[in-house]
Amino acid sequence: MPDPMRIRATEQPDGVDVRVLMSHEMEGGQRRDSAGKLVPAHFISNVTVTHNGKPVLTAEWGPAVSKNPYLQFKFKGGKKGEKISVTWIDNKGETRTDEATIG
Amino acid sequence: MIRNRREFVKVGGVLGLMAAAGLITMKEAQAQQQAWNKAAFDTKSVEDTVKALGGSATAPSGDIAITAPDIAENGAVVPVAVTSKIPNTQGIYVLVEKNPNTLAAGFMIPAGTEPSVSTRIKMGQTSNIHAVVKADNKFYVATKEVKVTLGGCGG
Repeated sequence: MPDPMRIRATEQPDGVDVRVLMSHEMEGGQRRDSAGKLVPAHFISNVTVTHNGKPVLTAEWGPAVSKNPYLQFKFKGGKKGEKISVTWIDNKGETRTDEATIG
Repeated sequence: MIRNRREFVKVGGVLGLMAAAGLITMKEAQAQQQAWNKAAFDTKSVEDTVKALGGSATAPSGDIAITAPDIAENGAVVPVAVTSKIPNTQGIYVLVEKNPNTLAAGFMIPAGTEPSVSTRIKMGQTSNIHAVVKADNKFYVATKEVKVTLGGCGG
């Protein structure tokens, strides 16, 4: 089971500010190990953020996103106390979902 | 009785294996289902990426702001923020011209979400970053050069 994400969602006058820090190695597939063999790519390919079951952001990522990816964006229509949910899936089919309450 | 039980265990084991196999393929199918645009992520030039995303040409736009450092000391972690002021922005894509594969990340922006995202990307060497914005099915682009003193792809 991958490590949990750190999610912070705060209500601001112009919308809800969402910051997510995921825990993932994001192996690029270009690096060689000590034996000279290519380390196979292993990265988060899809991210979905939902608020009340409605997607507020979806992302497709390639291996060029940094290790332990960070994501920040804003959406309108969220209120304090409501929940948002973040799901990622990597190219090996591993997945993780975490929830946070808007503060 | 004993024979039956053995057979039962055997069948159970096979079923378990099948389920395990099924589970793995199911997970893979799920990942596939999420429509990861492999063609776009395999492209090696800005024009090809835009083509793979379904556009034909990009128009330079002053309404796209890229926030990234002028000089990145560590190419493995380059903070990039893209803000679009173009109405009806549907998608924001971050492209790095000289990376092995040009497209780094794509964000789909539904109505109600601000067309502004930040993330961190890897850069192999000094290169132009292109922020491509899809709005009303047209493509717009803005460019910024980031100098990298230590590459992020070799590790």
